[in-house]
Amino acid sequence: MLSSEHAELVALVEKMPAFPKSVQRVVQLTSNIDVSAKEIVQVIECDPVLTVKILKVINSAFYGLSQKINSVQRAVVHIGLNTVKNLAMSVAAMGMLKNSNQANFSATAFLLHALTTAAISRKLAERAGLSQQECSDSFVAGLLHDFGKVVFAEFMPERFRLALAKSREDNVSLHLTELEFIGINHAEAGTLLAEKWGLSELLIEAIRHHHGRPVNAFGECLFAANQISKHLHFGDAGNPVVEAFPEAIADRFGMPLEALIEDLGDLRFMLKEAELFVKL
Amino acid sequence: MKFKFWGVRGSIPTPGPQTVKYGGNTTCIEIRTNRNELIILDAGTGIHALAQTLLRDMPITAHIFITHTHWDHIQGLPFFLPIFFKNNRINLYGGQDPVTDENINRALSAQLQYSYFPIHEAQLKARIDYLTVRPGETVSVGSARITPIILNHPVLNFGYRVDCDGASLFFTGDFESPINIYQPEDDNYASYRGFLLEKHQEIIEAMQDVDALIVDSSYTDEEYATRLGWGHGTYRSGIKLASEANAKRLFLTHHEPTRTDADLDLIYRDLLEQHPRFADKLFIAREGLEVCF
Repeated sequence: MLSSEHAELVALVEKMPAFPKSVQRVVQLTSNIDVSAKEIVQVIECDPVLTVKILKVINSAFYGLSQKINSVQRAVVHIGLNTVKNLAMSVAAMGMLKNSNQANFSATAFLLHALTTAAISRKLAERAGLSQQECSDSFVAGLLHDFGKVVFAEFMPERFRLALAKSREDNVSLHLTELEFIGINHAEAGTLLAEKWGLSELLIEAIRHHHGRPVNAFGECLFAANQISKHLHFGDAGNPVVEAFPEAIADRFGMPLEALIEDLGDLRFMLKEAELFVKL
Repeated sequence: MKFKFWGVRGSIPTPGPQTVKYGGNTTCIEIRTNRNELIILDAGTGIHALAQTLLRDMPITAHIFITHTHWDHIQGLPFFLPIFFKNNRINLYGGQDPVTDENINRALSAQLQYSYFPIHEAQLKARIDYLTVRPGETVSVGSARITPIILNHPVLNFGYRVDCDGASLFFTGDFESPINIYQPEDDNYASYRGFLLEKHQEIIEAMQDVDALIVDSSYTDEEYATRLGWGHGTYRSGIKLASEANAKRLFLTHHEPTRTDADLDLIYRDLLEQHPRFADKLFIAREGLEVCF
């Protein structure tokens, strides 16, 4: 992918609509003047596009905050609920992502993968003894880690369709076939966007390395959560390959992937919660 | 430094026999530095009477800082007469709205549209400059330093701290202290509380030790119970802010539009009774009230 295409991609994403259920909920909730604030916040926190829109605003140079903010809740405290609500409404007014697109990429299945990866990532961060803030940030990392795929499906569906098909047929990791057909993989595209939007280094690095070698415990939790979600077939973000834990990650949790899944107990409630949120 | 109230009413102008003492114009505060530099906080309808006093001194330079773009804080802008005379310089300061990405020039140009006003923006004769301010970034105006901070309201709202001539003033614009959106039994309650405390601390630091704290105190506690989230403070919340920030004088403003002179007199008497510590430093803002430091 050329650098001019990078710039074009960033511009296109500005107009990207949110997921169908959250658009529907935002419209429904905001038509009620007495809407519960926590319901609005929950809708935003469970939609990658809405979350990105809010984080982009709060982390913009305009606010000059010394510390990056990864939390929608914290953004609400800083710029006010009504402003956040109106930002969400402006995204909702752009329409909604289609569930099926020319790339044959299901938005619903994707969102189930993103939400369960988010929940598992937070659980692993707690298990790894990360700070309260990092635990909550790890949910955001899970939600946003595959953002690049939604962008591919929306803006370069034909090339992404070929990458998805080859990945499925040859059982090759999707990020490799993306490189072949698009010239950039979703981790790189997500990193590029996260940098452009001024998200925190913690999130940027976790997104960058979620198929490589994570650089810290935070990234390792995301890597592991992604594999666990795929192994348990919670949703589907198009990649059939479950990667074994690299040594550092196995060391972090003191066991390999299958043993960790066993040790975490029944996680199906996470899928159920995500389904409740996603299904129209 | 000295300042004077030209408008103290919230929401809508309320002229009439019931508001003669405190006044019915919406928000406008004039500040003069010792070097006679002119700073104006908000351009509610009170700015019209202020403008009358400036005509004899033209050409003038005025620095108008807008807290937020709700009508009662900008409605007087087209009636700020110096904009119609050449050689006047008007600097209009305000924020960039995160939802619309619009800057403060929109507040004036929107009002000067054909349907709403007979004179078009291009026909104004004064030199008008629009300046976007950012939270935490101090702006120098002559000998004064003005620092904005975002305060909670249903639209982007800046509180402004003005430091000048060894004195200081803080005006909240419209402000409701944000509340926890979660219930104590919710998982997010504690972390949200932490975010609120952090923001509150930032606000108190911005107001710390000011000579005059001017706060939105629209409601009584009883009224506030049914107006949560409307974006305004109470008499109680104003006094709490002044105590925590160690403000030397507290001015309660943005009077609720149905509040009569008699109501405000009664409220003032009760507040002084309930807060004897504030006996010599608590004031109800009224049009024409001038304070020198």
